[in-house]
Amino acid sequence: MTDLIRYTAAETATAIAQGDVSAVEVAQAHLDRIDAVDKRVNAFLHVDSEGALSAARAVDAKRAKGEELGPLAGVPLALKDVFTTKGVPTTAGSKILEGWVPPYDATLTGRLKDAGIVILGKTNMDEFAMGSSTENSAYGPTGNPWDLSRIPGGSGGGSAAALAAFEAPLAIGTDTGGSIRQPGAVTGTVGVKPTYGSVSRYGLIAFSSSLDQGGPCARTVLDTALLHEAIAGYDPLDSTSINAPVPAVVEAAKLRDVRGMRIGVVKEFAGEGYQAGVMQRFNESVELLRELGAEVVEVSCPSFTLAMPAYYLIAPSEASSNLARFDAMRYGLRVGDDGTRSAEDVTALTREAGFGPEVKRRIILGTYALSSGYYDAYYGSAQKVRTLISRDFDAAFAGVDVLVSPTTPTTAFPIGERADDPLAMYLADLCTIPSNLAGNAAMSLPCGLAPEDNLPVGLQIIAPAMADDRLYRVGGAVEAALNDKWGHTLLEEAPAL
Amino acid sequence: MSVSNLVSYDDALASYDPVMGLEVHVELGTKTKMFCGCSTELGAEPNSQVCPTCLGLPGSLPVVNAVGVESAVKIGLALNCEIAEWCRFARKNYFYPDMPKNFQTSQYDEPIAFNGYLDVQLEDGEIFRVEIERAHMEEDTGKSSHIGGATGRIHGASHSLLDYNRAGIPLIEIVTKPIEGAGARAPEVAKAYVAELRELIKALGVSEARMDKGQMRCDVNLSLRPNGTEKFGTRSETKNVNSLRSVERAARFEIMRHATVLTDGGTIVQETRHFHEEDGSTTAGRIKDNAEDYRYFPEPDLVPIAPARAWVEELRAGLPELPRVRRARLQGEWGLSDKDMQSVLNAGAVQPILDTIAAGAPADQARKWWMGELARRANETGTDLAEQPITPAQVARVTALVAEGKLNDKLARQVIEAVLAGEGEPDEVVAARGLAVVSDDSALGAAVDQAIAGNAAIADKIRDGKVAAVGALVGAVMKATRGQADAARVKDLILERLGVEAQ
Repeated sequence: MTDLIRYTAAETATAIAQGDVSAVEVAQAHLDRIDAVDKRVNAFLHVDSEGALSAARAVDAKRAKGEELGPLAGVPLALKDVFTTKGVPTTAGSKILEGWVPPYDATLTGRLKDAGIVILGKTNMDEFAMGSSTENSAYGPTGNPWDLSRIPGGSGGGSAAALAAFEAPLAIGTDTGGSIRQPGAVTGTVGVKPTYGSVSRYGLIAFSSSLDQGGPCARTVLDTALLHEAIAGYDPLDSTSINAPVPAVVEAAKLRDVRGMRIGVVKEFAGEGYQAGVMQRFNESVELLRELGAEVVEVSCPSFTLAMPAYYLIAPSEASSNLARFDAMRYGLRVGDDGTRSAEDVTALTREAGFGPEVKRRIILGTYALSSGYYDAYYGSAQKVRTLISRDFDAAFAGVDVLVSPTTPTTAFPIGERADDPLAMYLADLCTIPSNLAGNAAMSLPCGLAPEDNLPVGLQIIAPAMADDRLYRVGGAVEAALNDKWGHTLLEEAPAL
Repeated sequence: MSVSNLVSYDDALASYDPVMGLEVHVELGTKTKMFCGCSTELGAEPNSQVCPTCLGLPGSLPVVNAVGVESAVKIGLALNCEIAEWCRFARKNYFYPDMPKNFQTSQYDEPIAFNGYLDVQLEDGEIFRVEIERAHMEEDTGKSSHIGGATGRIHGASHSLLDYNRAGIPLIEIVTKPIEGAGARAPEVAKAYVAELRELIKALGVSEARMDKGQMRCDVNLSLRPNGTEKFGTRSETKNVNSLRSVERAARFEIMRHATVLTDGGTIVQETRHFHEEDGSTTAGRIKDNAEDYRYFPEPDLVPIAPARAWVEELRAGLPELPRVRRARLQGEWGLSDKDMQSVLNAGAVQPILDTIAAGAPADQARKWWMGELARRANETGTDLAEQPITPAQVARVTALVAEGKLNDKLARQVIEAVLAGEGEPDEVVAARGLAVVSDDSALGAAVDQAIAGNAAIADKIRDGKVAAVGALVGAVMKATRGQADAARVKDLILERLGVEAQ
């Protein structure tokens, strides 16, 4: 194996299990790659070379002893810097947590470690996962490996860029309004937002508790499924965790057969604001599904037009409360503590200095929306919209197995283009937000390059809650058919870094 | 405003009608905290009983303590409340350094228990019904210690220390509906309510409810309205009143303070008040207008609680005998009139009497001692009956000695006094003082007979009424017994033999 960084996770795991390559060699190859390209990409906020090599050595030792290895043992992974890692800095992309070293592992971190997955480091993100471009990181933007002057999506831009730049074959993201799927779409990678409650949130630094969901990212549907199985499942430490078996996603990813499936095209996800090349590739994908034997119907979900305003009430409301704990008392940044100021003043100065403008904007929005006298009109109404959206999904899924749409209305836009226009930025999540509000499962996978800019376009697949396997069944079939058609994977068209 | 320059209590009540609301926080006696597995043991090293969840570390999540929910339902049932079929926790958002998340996980418009009542008995036996608005679950905060200030308050302090051991300990907040119609008895009602609630909590076994340890804390909300009017006046909230006596005093002070302000044509400011044990006064805390906004919303990190009806009924069936029922039963068992039972209650003698009965004493004897000698002593020394330096077992032993004929009533009293004086167990006192009833053939009896026989002239004088002459005979007996007899007892014996009443 000469180019270890270009193998899929499944291939890498097999090679390690068979002894064709050691986990240490694989880890080192990826650390070398990070060393070579990450100054330009800026996917990583923290590279844990020592931890990665030590985890790799443990896998090699296990294999040497003849112990059975898990299906992803020894495969490197890029972890979004929003999950706590014991002994390894965790910032959530914010200055307010600069230098904080958590004393505990997130449940997800623990599961990765238990699976023998090698955590290379922590990836860049919009501060507290608030954003769609990773420009809101306190530690500088991440470049899109397809064009470093463009955004890699957000908030999980670092994880998606690490995959597209071949710095890691696996990555973890979190998706509150599209933060896994939209970066996947604009970087030509695969990302899944599992059903809400199927991946533990314990140790996930909260943005919006009722919407946040950790999930798997990779370069192939199968790799994504393998990672999905490693991280999903009931966790007693997360009260919202679902105590039910994880759907058989790996099996579904290998099926590559959509014959007889009913697929709904959401009518509302089209029209003004959708880039022509995005709609073209999307429509081709729908046609492809028909060719593959699926039945395609048009579906209307009228409440989806209300999803964006509802989201921008619910998410900031919860965030305003979740982020209250950053008060300089127990951890993280402390500003102005010179012995003359009160605790209240130190808290205010710290929050002023430690939070970026988008975080402040959302804290203010949320504080306002929850205020007495406004609660019913804002937070209360938004919750009603949430119910309506769930009903639209229920009605749609009564007739179809999955829904499809473009993942995001446009391809990657240039860094800086929407930085001063929050509303334009928010539109990037137009198609992804309804699934967060309803708590169901959704995937983005590459479906081609937009002809006008040669940048990746994402196809979104949405399945009912706890039917995550359907995403992989449809995604696996589409991916196989497209790779057949192109003769290679989409990422092979990406420019060399 | 001090106690001295207020209008008198009677004058206050002549013009105004008090309306009270009582909020009681009870720390549950669960082994672990409300939302994490940390110990709730008191007295540990500061910040030794903490974890990511109760410290509010980034990423941590709460998990509800099932015993906490069960305790809340039990309290609700004992307070005759309805139990919610479905309810949620809510976040109460405000910044304070001793609150790790800067929101308190509490309940807002969906309390687990609501619409109940508690009947409380006043000192004259009258039953007053206090309506309960709600009982809800929440978590305690950490503890701030302000260093360098004069009074331990934050004002003037140079810095503060934070101990999060208490953060996350389960609390039940019990809120009454406005208590109207108590009139001049409002302070007494407040005290009786808190006392009854404390008994009930203890009987349920969900908390020790020790007010001195902060396991039970009371806020007294009070307002006055002119007699004969309906509309409530502006209230003050006297916070953290932490003994039964203080609850009564705080209510009384606030009635007089409000009346003074209103009589002078002033207006009451809606504010919190601090209570001062030393003189029973209150002083202003922070202004609390209605604009205070906690931005409550349902806690998204916890799933709703839906207590199954069958489970609630199971808990209801398993409730222990509640204090008032128990008292009625005891009154019957002990055969007491209402008045006598009330005396027992007022003296705080129920438990000592029960414990003495449990140690083998007949009920009437147990009550006789605790309500007689011991109650008198408690009264004289201004101490609690239960705190007297004698145990129920010791009292029971004395009654047993009486029943066996080894002591008579008078001797028994002396034994009790000796035990109280620290002279040892009843049997030790009897032996040491030679207090046992002496039979004719006993050594002491013989010595007494001998002394009478050998000093017939003195004995006659005594028989004729010169009781003071007994000293000579006592001296003879003491000499004969080499001083081992109890002089007073010897005197009694001599007088008894001579058929003379002691004076």
